[in-house]
Amino acid sequence: MEDIIISTLQRAMVAGTPLLLATTGEVICERSGILNLGVEGVMAMGAVVAFIVTMTTGHPWLGVLAAIAVGMAFSIIHAFTSITLQANQVVSGLALTMLGLGLSGMLGKPYVGKPLSIKMEDWVIPYFSDIPYLGKILFSQGPFFYIAIFLAMASWFLLERTRLGIQIRSTGENPKATETQGVNVFKIKYLSVIIGGGFSALAGAHLSISYSKSWIEGMTAGRGWIAIALTIFALWNPGRAIWAAFLFGGIFVVQYLLQPLGISPNFLSMLPYIATLLILLLISLKDPKKLNAPAMLAEPYKRGER
Amino acid sequence: MRAISKSFQGIHANQDINLCVESGEILGLLGENGAGKTTLMNILYGLYQPDSGQIKIDGKTVRINNPVESINHGIGMVHQHFMLIQNHSVIENIALGYKDTPFFFPKIKIKDKVEQFSKKFDFHIDITKKIWQLSAGEQQRVEIIKALLNGADLLILDEPTSVLTPLEIKELIAILRGMKAKGHMIIFISHKLDEIMDICDRVLVLQKGKIVGSADTNNTNKKSLARMMVGRDVVFNINRDKLAKGKKNLSVENINVIGDKGLLAVKNISFELFQNEIFGIAGVSGNGQRELAEAITGIRHISSGKVKMNGRDMTNKSPRQIYDNGVSHVPEERIRFGIAPGLFLYDNAILKQHHLKKFSKRYFLKYKQVKNHTKSIVSQFKVSTHSINNQIRNLSGGNIQKLILGREISEQPQLLVASHPTYGLDVGATEFLRKHLLELRKQGSAVLLFSEDLEEIFELCDRVAVIFDGEFMAVLDSDDRRFSDIGLMMAGSKRIDPMEKK
Repeated sequence: MEDIIISTLQRAMVAGTPLLLATTGEVICERSGILNLGVEGVMAMGAVVAFIVTMTTGHPWLGVLAAIAVGMAFSIIHAFTSITLQANQVVSGLALTMLGLGLSGMLGKPYVGKPLSIKMEDWVIPYFSDIPYLGKILFSQGPFFYIAIFLAMASWFLLERTRLGIQIRSTGENPKATETQGVNVFKIKYLSVIIGGGFSALAGAHLSISYSKSWIEGMTAGRGWIAIALTIFALWNPGRAIWAAFLFGGIFVVQYLLQPLGISPNFLSMLPYIATLLILLLISLKDPKKLNAPAMLAEPYKRGER
Repeated sequence: MRAISKSFQGIHANQDINLCVESGEILGLLGENGAGKTTLMNILYGLYQPDSGQIKIDGKTVRINNPVESINHGIGMVHQHFMLIQNHSVIENIALGYKDTPFFFPKIKIKDKVEQFSKKFDFHIDITKKIWQLSAGEQQRVEIIKALLNGADLLILDEPTSVLTPLEIKELIAILRGMKAKGHMIIFISHKLDEIMDICDRVLVLQKGKIVGSADTNNTNKKSLARMMVGRDVVFNINRDKLAKGKKNLSVENINVIGDKGLLAVKNISFELFQNEIFGIAGVSGNGQRELAEAITGIRHISSGKVKMNGRDMTNKSPRQIYDNGVSHVPEERIRFGIAPGLFLYDNAILKQHHLKKFSKRYFLKYKQVKNHTKSIVSQFKVSTHSINNQIRNLSGGNIQKLILGREISEQPQLLVASHPTYGLDVGATEFLRKHLLELRKQGSAVLLFSEDLEEIFELCDRVAVIFDGEFMAVLDSDDRRFSDIGLMMAGSKRIDPMEKK
């Protein structure tokens, strides 16, 4: 029994890692006032690029870097349409998701079902990993786990404790006022969307080269959408995103735990999505003013308009 | 600034404007709405580029491409609508605009500097508070700190008093005088004559984008400035005929209304209104005026008490029922509550009357009648528009308000509730609207007028109530001499018992 609990929690951490990465990226992006519904597509692009590069070069870290670069470049599409062209951000984001899913399927066709022989070693932290229970759950994980937590904390620091953070948050709250303070609002928005894209692609890379070590079309399985819901659940705070993501990682894992009890696997695989709906429902019952959403989220900013 | 010109889509907003300010001087910029004051200052601040002309600072010609460059030249601006992030704290707002904010830990590192500044000019602001928790006056002080911190020698204030209480205006004036004594230059934009005369050393008057006059405040008077501003004499005292009190029209009995914050906003208020009467409610906004107007017009729930129209109980009836019983409403914030900005003029002209038989049949509108009705409002109320097939958002505030008033009184209401009807309008439109209110009174209607503008209240009203914190401090005839203390009543420090005799 004890072993089952430990291994469940261990796997919850692994399952929560891509959610945390994608959520952190979306938090930064939305804080600047841009809603990016393209997370799912960028994630898929990241997954396929990381897999192809790792497979052909044999270097997983090269795969990760390539994925981040492609994710950043890919999200420029959304930045361009929603910031420069001031198009509807929902439509543009949806288009990005569809494009990403389609393109990744096409690029990855020759690689479907091929196993990845390269293994990323777990980072076993000395001393800490000897702590009973916690050591196994938190301190002997794959590298992505630590990277995700580090990046989430760094993002919190960026947003709350640096000048750039104030500029990003101000842009999302009141771009006009921010511009009169001499901040280049367009630059800030582009930067935030591109950083967000890098995070999403990193999440995808984790899925293909560390989590399942293979590529199949549509392997992101809606995790990008869950990340968007988690962004709201975390109230746009990367710190809260950490526990929110791992809570959802737990829900992903619980399905395997409940399967032996005779519950239909089809129902169980719905669990994370049902939980997402429930959480969105619970949140929308609260006063929207207290939610702390960026005031100008998804509103295109037009310069010089009164 | 020399020979500055700027036009928008072929309309000259500024034409050949020359302006100079010297250190230790407060320059007033006076003009009606749309005279080009704000455009001119936005050029100086780098938000717009002039089509032609030069800007010189300390004798050197400069080009100001954006606000950062203007800040570097020592120019600071406090906009009419504050450029503050409501959800952020004071210190975060200051850190955003301060040019020497460090990258790491900005809030902690600039705290001392801000506090030192705040002390130097007696600002008294809690820098950890969020902007939305501050009063308008405090928010303005945050804006001034922002400008001064960046080393502004020249401070531009765009309509700084429009959101302030009388007490806050006094504090602002004291701050400005202190700055002047320290050698700062100030450009003070306003359309209120009293303030200009009170604060400024020199005045420039703008009209339709051109400078039409300038004067030292010591050598001029309000009347001549007003004439320069509008290009003609303004009737400052509309003659109000004495009319006999008519029948009782509206009676409000001990109503209590809860405001947006969940607290009592209107506390046990009672009053009566008669035909041929304008009843004014004076007070600083936010003291229950909005809630009272909404309660009477059926938009807000009345928690206890009664509202009767011609003896019929109208308490908590729907806005439609109340309107159909002869109560019209010119709401405050005309763009948010008075119109549907994206719809055409003729749609907006029947927003409340579309259900009437003359404008609709079953599920369909009779567009011909609707358009004729709109045309008659447009011509009768002098709404200037090139067509009624025009989105109403393209009209200026004054024209929108004329259309709203026309719509509201076209059905000959027995009672008109008008909230701040002339707020933010220029002198011409204001005069026009006031005349129509008086006309309505003459025709036998009652008008309930909410206004912050005391001049307006005393010009139009037969009786005046002063509201403070949801209660009436006094209800008197408008020519009552005890109104010399109205400032105290508005601040809640004096109350006149209704039974007390003169």
